[in-house]
Amino acid sequence: MQRAEPIIELSGIAKHFGSVQALQGIDFRLFPGEVHALAGENGAGKSTLVKILAGIYRPDAGMVKVGGEVVELRSPTQAQALGIAVVHQEPMLFPDLDVAENVFMGRHPRDRFGRVDWKRMYREVDQLLTSLDVPLSSHTPVQGLSVAEQQLVEIAKALSLDARVLVLDEPTAALSAHEVDELFAIVRQLRERGVAILFVSHRLEEIFEIADRLTIFRDGTHIITAPVGEMTTEAIIRHMVGRELSNLFPKSEARIGDVVLEVRHLSRPGSFTDVSFQLRQGEILGFAGLVGAGRTEVARVLFGLDRAESGEIWLKGKQVRIRSPRDAMRSGLAYVPEDRHQHGLVMDFSIAANVTLPILKQVSRLGLIDPRLERKIAGDYSSQLHVRSSGIEQLVNALSGGNQQKVVLSKWLATNPSVLILDEPTRGIDVGAKAEVHRIISDLAVEGLAIILISSELPEVLAMADRVIVLHEGRVSGTFARSEATQERVMFAATGQERG
Amino acid sequence: MTTTSREVEQAPKRAQASQARLLSRVSRVRELGLLIVLLLLILVVGIQVPRFLSIDNFEQILLSIAILAIVGVGETLVLLTRQVDLSVGSIVGLTAFVTAYFFKELPGINLVVGILLGCGLGLALGMVNGLLISLGRVPAIVATLGTLYVYRGLVFVFASNTTLQVNASDVPASYLALATTQILGIPTLIIIALVIAVIVGYFLRASRTGRQLYAVGSNPEAAAIIGLRANRLTFGAFAASGLLCGLAGVLWGARFATVDATAATGLELQVIAAVVVGGVNIFGGSGTILGACLGAIVLGTLQNALNILNVSQFWLQAIDGAAIIAAVILDAFITRWLQRSLLVRRKRA
Amino acid sequence: MKRVRSLLFSWEALLVILLATCCVLGSVLSPYFLTGFNFYALTSNIMEIAIMALPMTLIIIVGEIDLSVASVLGLASVVLGLIWQTGHPLWLAIGVALLVGVLAGALNGMLVTRLGLPSLVVTIGSLALFRGLAYVVLGDQAVSNFPAAFTNLGFGTIPGSEIPWSGLIFAILALIFAVVLHFSSLGRQFYAMGNNKEAARFTGINVQRTKLILFIVSGLLAALAGIIFTARVSSARPDNALGFELDVVTVVLLGGINIFGGSGSLLGVVLAIFIVAAIQNILSLLNISGDIQSLAIGLLLILSVLGPNIARRIQVAIARRRLAAGSSRQV
Repeated sequence: MQRAEPIIELSGIAKHFGSVQALQGIDFRLFPGEVHALAGENGAGKSTLVKILAGIYRPDAGMVKVGGEVVELRSPTQAQALGIAVVHQEPMLFPDLDVAENVFMGRHPRDRFGRVDWKRMYREVDQLLTSLDVPLSSHTPVQGLSVAEQQLVEIAKALSLDARVLVLDEPTAALSAHEVDELFAIVRQLRERGVAILFVSHRLEEIFEIADRLTIFRDGTHIITAPVGEMTTEAIIRHMVGRELSNLFPKSEARIGDVVLEVRHLSRPGSFTDVSFQLRQGEILGFAGLVGAGRTEVARVLFGLDRAESGEIWLKGKQVRIRSPRDAMRSGLAYVPEDRHQHGLVMDFSIAANVTLPILKQVSRLGLIDPRLERKIAGDYSSQLHVRSSGIEQLVNALSGGNQQKVVLSKWLATNPSVLILDEPTRGIDVGAKAEVHRIISDLAVEGLAIILISSELPEVLAMADRVIVLHEGRVSGTFARSEATQERVMFAATGQERG
Repeated sequence: MTTTSREVEQAPKRAQASQARLLSRVSRVRELGLLIVLLLLILVVGIQVPRFLSIDNFEQILLSIAILAIVGVGETLVLLTRQVDLSVGSIVGLTAFVTAYFFKELPGINLVVGILLGCGLGLALGMVNGLLISLGRVPAIVATLGTLYVYRGLVFVFASNTTLQVNASDVPASYLALATTQILGIPTLIIIALVIAVIVGYFLRASRTGRQLYAVGSNPEAAAIIGLRANRLTFGAFAASGLLCGLAGVLWGARFATVDATAATGLELQVIAAVVVGGVNIFGGSGTILGACLGAIVLGTLQNALNILNVSQFWLQAIDGAAIIAAVILDAFITRWLQRSLLVRRKRA
Repeated sequence: MKRVRSLLFSWEALLVILLATCCVLGSVLSPYFLTGFNFYALTSNIMEIAIMALPMTLIIIVGEIDLSVASVLGLASVVLGLIWQTGHPLWLAIGVALLVGVLAGALNGMLVTRLGLPSLVVTIGSLALFRGLAYVVLGDQAVSNFPAAFTNLGFGTIPGSEIPWSGLIFAILALIFAVVLHFSSLGRQFYAMGNNKEAARFTGINVQRTKLILFIVSGLLAALAGIIFTARVSSARPDNALGFELDVVTVVLLGGINIFGGSGSLLGVVLAIFIVAAIQNILSLLNISGDIQSLAIGLLLILSVLGPNIARRIQVAIARRRLAAGSSRQV
């Protein structure tokens, strides 16, 4: 490979969000005509880098050079103008319009009278789609497209911009094996044409198949960049997760009791298949896996937000039908969702109001809320969980991420559940708060609560869980007892590798 | 990827292409449905009362909705961008009254000047709406609800300071002629409405800006990411709506001859009803001028049919309301059916 | 929900100041303003709007809207008139009228919750439908031979005061709604739903059922308003309260309820009702016609949203300038 000038050069890039440092001291170079993979666990900083290149975020520090010139990427439009095309994880299309218009919105081809040249647009988009071997017609309304097809449209859009740089952020997350093949054919074509491709993924087999070089991020820092040929799976995983398991996560030994939750052959087509497991009192069951593996989907079904197509749920020895969150709560389940902004908290409510929201009956007398009861319960949980605030009347949107998460925990603990499902409970909170949350979880287990811990942070899962179940593309791909679970083993199962 | 799998895909792709083209006419399905409803209506009523099928009668129908259709075109532009304009009735009323008064006070004035005055006033009122919403960040419902009151109040202020009513005898015949003359046997009003519909429809179809209106309403976030100027487009839509209301007001004065301060009260709901029946999505992003006009025609035909069938006048509004509800329910089911059928198509492929 | 937003606190304060200003202005402009009779004149003809504004407040807080209220009022009115006119006892007529309100509200509620249709369009449709049905029921007739006891309830006052009976009814209802909204667990659920529908659902709140009930209550109270209206004007006509729905929404928005849901207080709405009544009253005393009074109300509505927006933009601009000045110093 000739050493041409890098088309993108980043030096010393840093970015923080609140108290969380997403990226630190990032140096990175991307060359034309190469497929460069960017790997790392969730939270390693990959998406942040992508958004910086896309012009959506601005780095706090560092320099960005595009095509040899220093630039300040201030907006997506500007990034596009510089030849950087980004396909984000979630497609951003116009559902009411067809594929052709989605590709060309804002720059419709025009005839000599200045009118939109529809024929030419459909023709060009069809040509583009054919050249990429995408089995879609330019006339197709986007509304009916699957996520995979939408992604292909996004890619076509990026390509129609004649980009010099194409950034693909987890493009294969929603694609079938066949669709991935098609995508890779396109990527190879582009490489021939001299386009620089940044391919963000943590699917190792794909990285081996398509990438020339590989960069690994961990905790927001650059770990290593090397030709893919020089790396082995073990090495990659080691670089991705290799951190010392320190005493950040104090776990006490809990007495593990009877089976309190049993799931038998639960299936929800399109989300997960044939998931079975048992959960005991005092046990922390870790759910590991990559994003999109189906863990949250299982939680949603357990909590009545979605319906399973087949399978059984048994609580305390009795089969239950859970059709709504209310049903789930009545059966003693509690669910701390992944996204505390969208699902976990009412941001404009106070701490007290949030904590009592699921237990309004308990803090009301004759239908009227008893402010003293509310204050007492909220206050109790607030101090028990050490929520740092100016008082329980403070609005939760003024709290730090860690304290917000504690409020969510409080709220669900107030429902006195027997099973607590935690979905990424320490995402987006700083190290100190993380440790506190872990202590809380550990204490809850000691008190007899049965806990499902869904987490993409391996160290967290390994330190907290008594057992680990790994999901890969909707199926259980591995079960490990605490003693036999190692980061490598779990990662292998999570990425679908076969290992002893 | 092997060659064989590539070959295997060609044939279905061609079939898929034509299927896609058919499905892309989804919005056309809506308009087709309207056309069918219209034809059914005409047939059913026509059989019972042959008089219904006369050219004269169709002309009556079109005349009765011409002005409504013009306002509807403007409202469609606004709805496409995911906004709503509730002040259209007041703008039409204000411009109608001012224009009529203008012609009354200055009888010698050129007809065109008067028309420009009305349109200009409408444009100004629409721009105020646009500024409140795009610059002032006032939600469209609140802003246009407020201007509905303010503009209507202005008509009354104007009226109380000038004359309570402008009569047919006060204005020059040339003005009234706007509503009564014919060009090649077709009433001028209908032609004007047709021309407007064609022009705006064409604009929506053939210009980048027109297509961007759809984008802004379909997915505002995606539109922002590709750099579309939502503020400008929204302002433009409201300004255009105001301009068209102004024209409608001028024509209103000509058609109804006697104009007082209550002119066009309640028009906004009639207009929204017509365009919603016509398939324009209240949440933006889809809908056509053709659909909006068809919606107006369907409702107008319905009204005419009820009159001819000697159905009590009093059923009119109830049936209008039922039509709106039916249209919204139908749209919801069509959308759901579409998503389900496309899902099935994908599973098969 | 107590003071969900600090801004909200100041909104009610603003309304109080506005109301006080109106009263001062009124008493300055006319010696009759502070009389009991004027109080009666001021309140009596806004009571129907006031009563309908109560459930409208809740509906907007949970993120929906009901534009059909005035039409339900009209429909209930003519049903009342028809049943009375055909010789049935008054209590039956009233009962059926209220039932009509419940059914109308249920229709709206089902379309919005079960079929998932947008409430704006649905209630525009039912606005026309119900008003139309009112015309079907009574045509262009009017029923006006109501007994004095009934009509007295509409325009009469509590003996020994100038407070209209309708005012008392409103006061009782307002108290109930205020307690429910601000002190009950149900009210907490309303705010949660309007703020974050998903989060509310996640805590086991049955969003659909709650909204359905709200629409039914809206219909019921609109029917009640219809009965009162009919009594007050001594006439049941299909065009009773034509166009009132916009007045109801205006009063709610003016009261500080966010059109997108999730915030606002009933106190604000009550204050807004009296402010609007006061302004209309003052303008009447100044011999300004009712139609022009709407101009003032419309302006007030726009300013009530525009004002805080502009204030916020100025705040942000100042903060941004300060930040830029600060950071430039670091470089």
